[in-house]
Amino acid sequence: MEQEKGETGETNEKGKKKHGSAKKEEKEEDEGKHTVKEEAQEVKKKKHKKVIVTSSEPETSEADDHEDDDNEETEVRPESLSPEELEKLKEAMDERKKLIQSLRGKPWPMKQKLDTLRESQEFVEKHEGALGKGRGRKLYAYKVMMTKKWMKFQRDFENFKTACIPWEMKIKEIESHFGSSVASYFIFLRWMYGINMILFGLTFGLVMVPEALMGKSYGSIPRKTVPRAEEASAMDFAVLWDFGGYAQYSVLFYGYYNNQRAIGWLKFRMPLSYFLVGVGTVAYSYMVVIRTMARNANESGIGDDNSFNFSWKMFTSWDYLIGNPETADNKFASITTSFKEAILEEQESLKDDNIHLTRFLRVLANFLVLCCLAGSGYLIYFVVRRSQKFTLDGLENHTWWERNEVNMVMSLLGMFCPMLFDVISTLENYHPRVALQWQLGRIFALFLGNLYTFIIALMDEINIKREEENIVKFNITMWEASLYNGTLMENSTAPPFTIHPADVPRGPCWETMVGQEFVRLIISDTMMTYITLLIGDFLRAVLVRFLNNCWCWDLEAGFPSYSEFDVSGNVLGLIFNQGMIWMGAFYAPCLPALNVLRLHVSMYLQCWAVMCCNVPQERVFKASGSNNFYMAMLLVILFLSTLPAIYTIVTIPPSFDCGPFSGKKRMFDVIHETLESDFPVWFSKVFSYASNPGLVLPFILLMALAIYYLQSTAKSYKEANVELKKKVQMQNEENKKKNKRAALKAQLDLEEARKAASQAAEQQKNNASPHDQEANVDNGVSQILHHGKNGSNPPPPVRGQECYLPAPVPRTNHRGIHGATGYRPGCPQQSETRMYRVPSLQRH
Amino acid sequence: MGTTASKLGKDLLSEYQSNPFRERICHVFSTSEDKDGSLTFEDFLDLLSAFSDSATLEIKSHYAFRIFDFDDDGTLDRGDLEKLVNCLTGETDDTRLTPEEMRQLISNILEESDIDKDGTVNLSEFQHVISRSPDFVSSFKIVL
Repeated sequence: MEQEKGETGETNEKGKKKHGSAKKEEKEEDEGKHTVKEEAQEVKKKKHKKVIVTSSEPETSEADDHEDDDNEETEVRPESLSPEELEKLKEAMDERKKLIQSLRGKPWPMKQKLDTLRESQEFVEKHEGALGKGRGRKLYAYKVMMTKKWMKFQRDFENFKTACIPWEMKIKEIESHFGSSVASYFIFLRWMYGINMILFGLTFGLVMVPEALMGKSYGSIPRKTVPRAEEASAMDFAVLWDFGGYAQYSVLFYGYYNNQRAIGWLKFRMPLSYFLVGVGTVAYSYMVVIRTMARNANESGIGDDNSFNFSWKMFTSWDYLIGNPETADNKFASITTSFKEAILEEQESLKDDNIHLTRFLRVLANFLVLCCLAGSGYLIYFVVRRSQKFTLDGLENHTWWERNEVNMVMSLLGMFCPMLFDVISTLENYHPRVALQWQLGRIFALFLGNLYTFIIALMDEINIKREEENIVKFNITMWEASLYNGTLMENSTAPPFTIHPADVPRGPCWETMVGQEFVRLIISDTMMTYITLLIGDFLRAVLVRFLNNCWCWDLEAGFPSYSEFDVSGNVLGLIFNQGMIWMGAFYAPCLPALNVLRLHVSMYLQCWAVMCCNVPQERVFKASGSNNFYMAMLLVILFLSTLPAIYTIVTIPPSFDCGPFSGKKRMFDVIHETLESDFPVWFSKVFSYASNPGLVLPFILLMALAIYYLQSTAKSYKEANVELKKKVQMQNEENKKKNKRAALKAQLDLEEARKAASQAAEQQKNNASPHDQEANVDNGVSQILHHGKNGSNPPPPVRGQECYLPAPVPRTNHRGIHGATGYRPGCPQQSETRMYRVPSLQRH
Repeated sequence: MGTTASKLGKDLLSEYQSNPFRERICHVFSTSEDKDGSLTFEDFLDLLSAFSDSATLEIKSHYAFRIFDFDDDGTLDRGDLEKLVNCLTGETDDTRLTPEEMRQLISNILEESDIDKDGTVNLSEFQHVISRSPDFVSSFKIVL
């Protein structure tokens, strides 16, 4: 078996072990006469193969274990081998071992692979004993058993992990019906679900549960009790739905948490935990997103992305997962369209008429879009101010719409503006892929603008509440003074603990308010999505299906028809939803839990809706091309959503009457406090040295230099790549020229030989019989060829290269003259002697 | 492993009836002497192994090359590429490309992939193109 040139598949150790153990099991089933020993030896081989053998040391240690077993089976003749034979044997062993390692990556049929493996292993096993010494048997047997058990355990664990992946069958079904781009949305959803589970675990386990179990219970202190004024309505569904009442004064929101430094018998540091969990969720999210981006970037081809457009369309556009005839038809149509488009684009890229009109139209379109964005931003701002006025008046006086105006307006804008952008983009006349990117960019800007306007409006409210704080503080001192006046006779130093916590006047809590706003926003966003889904997709499908029988035109093919699954819109919605979670999670620890629930329901609902109401897309867009694009957007959103939270943490002092940081000047003071009281003295000294600007600045400078260095290295590699490619092309051209020249020369020689042969034939025509004539002619021809061949350089018969044909060799069919064509139309792998063979048969 | 008695004929492979390359796939993986494209169990396993998630890029590109090589001559020349395009664009007449477009398309492809400019795409050129593609591995996959 010849080694395939340059094909060493990348084998990871686990893969190899799996391969080995799979084969082991197959052999057990099929052959049935494997002794345990042989299996053990195979196992040992596999364990051994992990190490790329460069010296003989590992061999000898393995061979040591081997010797006792091998004694009865193989011929161990260490003495009978001379040094050169030993060397050759070692080389052969190395080759075999390399073959075994790379076997997985070879494109051979399974039977061939198994035979090779068996043969190589027998060879290695037989001769390894010849190279080593002996060792104890028991230890070796034990090691072998443990290795076998470990491999079995690993394999079972892999199977278990794969079986645990949720919703796998659902996604595969969708994949087969709709192709990989729709399925990629669901895979993205599942990935988000995983992240949110971790965030939920952090906030629930480290923040909500400790406070619920170990903190003071509901009703014990003022901040944990519903104020007397609100008590009457605290249990109403409407209030609860708005997250007021009992929902507000619970572990779900910031305001419930007490600022006691350590709670419970575990001395759990609650404020510190709250702060660190907040920071930790952000850090974890960054890490996961960047790690996924890096992995995606590795898998996709870096470098010259655009240079293989046509070839990729040709070779990689068919999606082998499609099992549904309807989808296949769509795929055919889309492939055809994309071919035609690409061809047209190629032709039209040269001619560029009416550039001025196009440019003007594009500028106009961008201007319109900017107007839209500005308009929507102003609308949101206006609505938020109005809602502030409403809250001042008291919420009960207004209708449901007026109470939920902000959220409704934001959701409606998110629904209608993208359609508007779509219409405007027809002005621009871009290529569909470019148009899609513009569309996504504009929707992104829209959502971002809305979100930030919302936050700015929130900031206004926060400032109002903070001003209110001062007034309330003043009122509280007056109120306490009045209480003291009342009880001055008895315990003047004791606080009036006879007052029920619900009656104590409360300070405003802007953090809880922020948390509540975010929760309300997310709930209304979710509701809007589900309602759009049900009406836009489901109801539409039902109408089209059942009204089609009694309608004038064909509803299914014509106007409404069935809807397609909008991948990019849904992905954007998911990304922005996650952005809102990141923004609000610090102030409302219940947000990750809510999101987990929402994603869970979304998964089932959307899977059902897709299978039931959607048809496969007409233009099937590649999913993976935009994979890193979505990740990049997620990263940007992550950065932008953590900015407001960080700003508020760093600049605004916490409320004095609620939350785990009440009483401190800034929220991050909790770190300082922990360092001082909980850690030994030298630790805080070290920390203060480390945070010294004199140390931090040089460190930052060093990192900047490292980045610059890595970037310049990457650039130089890219240039080297381009150079190598050029070199390959030049080399190929030279080879071709050389081959052409040699072929031409050979052809000339052939012509001469033929001429000489015909002359010789004419001479001998009168003398010899026809029978001898042929033989003589052929002899003459072969002699001349022989001379000719010795003179010229025979073209190198390169193995494995594609068979080139010299300029068409005229195949003579005459009986009289046998053109001894030295070149058969096929790969010239013949040795020189072949050409001299007398051609006795007519060649086809 | 399976005996020669248990064979899977082309007609029984209903899984791939919507795949335009179904006949080529059967042909490439078949080891039967009749050359009728039928698969034994071993062949079927080979097929699934090459199309599985854990197959390496080299294996996949090797088999893809063999599948696309309609005349089995070891290179993808114009005839192979034409047949390939016709397979991809469906069987009906209104989805086919015109001869002009076909010619343009194939010359574009050869311009991109044929490094040594000999008019055909051989295995190493094919592998070079494929290794740069970001979606080949994810689309060249069959999962049961």
